[in-house]
Amino acid sequence: MPALPLDDAGPYVAAAYLVFLALILIYVAIMASKLARIARELGELTQILDRREQRAETDAPDEAEAVPR
Amino acid sequence: MFARGLKSLSIASVILIVGAFALVFYYAPNDADQGFIQKIFYLHVPLAVVALCGFVAGGVFGIRYLRSGDRAHDLRSYVAIHLSLVLAVGALITGSIWAKAAWGHWWVWEEPTLVSFLIVFLLYACYQPLRFSIEDPERQARSAAVFSIVAGAFVPLNFLAVRLAESFSHPRVLTATGGSMPGEMRLTFMVSLLAMAVLFTTLWKYELASKQASMQLRALKRRLADDDDPWIPTRRTAAPQQL
Repeated sequence: MPALPLDDAGPYVAAAYLVFLALILIYVAIMASKLARIARELGELTQILDRREQRAETDAPDEAEAVPR
Repeated sequence: MFARGLKSLSIASVILIVGAFALVFYYAPNDADQGFIQKIFYLHVPLAVVALCGFVAGGVFGIRYLRSGDRAHDLRSYVAIHLSLVLAVGALITGSIWAKAAWGHWWVWEEPTLVSFLIVFLLYACYQPLRFSIEDPERQARSAAVFSIVAGAFVPLNFLAVRLAESFSHPRVLTATGGSMPGEMRLTFMVSLLAMAVLFTTLWKYELASKQASMQLRALKRRLADDDDPWIPTRRTAAPQQL
């Protein structure tokens, strides 16, 4: 198997290492999108909690009136 | 649970990968036979070896899941196989690039090493569709574990069969005598292999931690959802949904 001259072999070697870099970057990008989804879900959870707290505040006076004196 | 040691692993991965690439291009001599194109070997072989080890690790976690019923092992097995598939894609592409430069062809069907790796890759490519096709989480985990064990046992058998077969042109790297690599090349290869193994472990733990966080969030959302909130359905997916 004759060795390719450096000028000819260089692009192939560069391509192989770029493929590896691209794979890692794509993987990290996918993980970043998943992280963004987790952040969005955290926001939704905060909204659910806020709604609960608001409801608890509005319900509280009614419950106070219902208490027999 | 899964994020422990992730920071130090990430730092170790970066140091090892940068160190390995520096050794490849500044320390290891050019191969007398192949010349500069042989530098692909330091990337291609560790990718293939770590991917195959990841597939076997998936089978080992499958066994541990069946023995204990602990869903964390199912998740570990799923992520190991998923990540190994990514590395296997890398091994196939870098191998094809090397083959084009060295042999003049992107793929040689007569070469048992190439075809056997492709068979292993295609076998594991069925893993995700298999999981996705089963809706019941318990059955999904059990079937996936059985698949991972059978396929994991196939990997070393396949490796041995290829070693026994007559190779037409693919170089042999992992031999009992350590191959024909001189000291500098062997050191560079070992560092590259270690770097790839540590990178795999880091990404594996990274994805495990991410999946666990998603699961906990979903579980919390379900617990918090009441009549006024929209019902949060369990999305059908190939990935494990709960621990």
